[in-house]
Amino acid sequence: MRNVFLFIRRHINFLFFLVLQIVALSFLFRFNSFHEAAFLSVSTELTGRLNEKYNNIEYYFQLKKSNEALVQENAQLRNQLHDDFAAPDSAQRLFRDSVRTDSVRKWLVMEAKVVNNTTSLKTNYLTLHRGFRQGVRPNMGVAGPRGIVGQVINVSENFAIVMSMLHPQFKVVARLKKGGETGTVSWDGVNTNSFTMRGIPRSASVAVGDTVQTSPITFILPANLMVGTITEIVPDNTTNFYSLRLRPATNFSNLEFAYVYENLQADEQRRLEDSTRKKLQ
Amino acid sequence: MSELLKNIIRFILFILVQVFILSRMPPLHRFITPYLYYLYILWLPFGLSRMSITFIGFIYGLCLDYFLKTPGLHAAACTLIAYVRPFVIGMLISQEGADKNYVAPSFVSMGWAPYGTYVLVLTLLHHSYLVLLEWMSFGSFVYFVGKVISSTAVSLVLVLLTEILFFRKQKFRTNTI
Repeated sequence: MRNVFLFIRRHINFLFFLVLQIVALSFLFRFNSFHEAAFLSVSTELTGRLNEKYNNIEYYFQLKKSNEALVQENAQLRNQLHDDFAAPDSAQRLFRDSVRTDSVRKWLVMEAKVVNNTTSLKTNYLTLHRGFRQGVRPNMGVAGPRGIVGQVINVSENFAIVMSMLHPQFKVVARLKKGGETGTVSWDGVNTNSFTMRGIPRSASVAVGDTVQTSPITFILPANLMVGTITEIVPDNTTNFYSLRLRPATNFSNLEFAYVYENLQADEQRRLEDSTRKKLQ
Repeated sequence: MSELLKNIIRFILFILVQVFILSRMPPLHRFITPYLYYLYILWLPFGLSRMSITFIGFIYGLCLDYFLKTPGLHAAACTLIAYVRPFVIGMLISQEGADKNYVAPSFVSMGWAPYGTYVLVLTLLHHSYLVLLEWMSFGSFVYFVGKVISSTAVSLVLVLLTEILFFRKQKFRTNTI
């Protein structure tokens, strides 16, 4: 027993170092299963406030860029107005009510300011200035003016942390706009301008420059949002699938605003699917 | 200004510079991540005990982790270099008791060559460990070596610039042993 104490006394520095290393590494590897975001929940409020202060200054330097993005988005929305389409025959004008009374709302869109954003790390996150009080919950999808951005993984009172598409654990179900074939889009962690889409069968007709959109299968985002465009087609000889390289539609480095999508029917759908699975077992 | 106050201000400034300037820069190349924050640990005074230096390194790395949302990654690397620091200083110090004559390691107190070696060794150690921890999830060996070497080169340039811009005057203290 005495020797044990002597050993501890002699190597106290090294043992202390080992303990700190183990604490740090356990933080690191436990967090990788990203559900355990307890590490961040305490500090998000504090670092979020600091980031907001910094962002208020930085915001002025990017006004021009965000204006351009807003104008483009406005133009895109204006193009969808029915007033822009002249009916071929004035006697048979078609009126379409933009508010459908017989439908149930599925998606609720909330705008949010991006107060912190990284793109150069291995695992990238964004911080939004909109949190639990303003209706953001974990697992909601996030899109920018030009395309999808990521998924909310943690919220505090007034801030939300979003796992960016530039994160190796982010996966989204997407489909080709032309043919409708569905595959999974993920990031391989190397180049911020290149994503990989897997699971497109070889029978599909694919060309460089084709558009990839979100699929209606995903829970987190509505269908037909831009994901990216195809830049390279890599035939995988061992399987019957293509592996496609995509350029993301979103420019992650100058995001100023993002839209958080709430799926109002997700609970019901999930409950039905779970109960069915239980019944079949 | 007292040494404690100076170090507290440095603590805050280094973290702010790393978080809001260096980590915000658009990546020059996928191999290059500019790091400067660990210079705080290299600049800590000689007089601290080994245990407290290790602990300061851990807390410092953890603070950065809270901002960059990489729990434990920088804390592990900072703890490592903070623990190794006294050994490296002990090997490089030119004469017995030289570390008692000055407050903290610098070009003045250690001499150009030993101080340069000191910075180089700890920078390499810090970057290798950091990239190794990242690498466990994905990457290749070429990526590992390339990233360590190019990041170290960029960091050394940044350290040199910082040393020249913020030259630390060090008083020679006699009869202190």
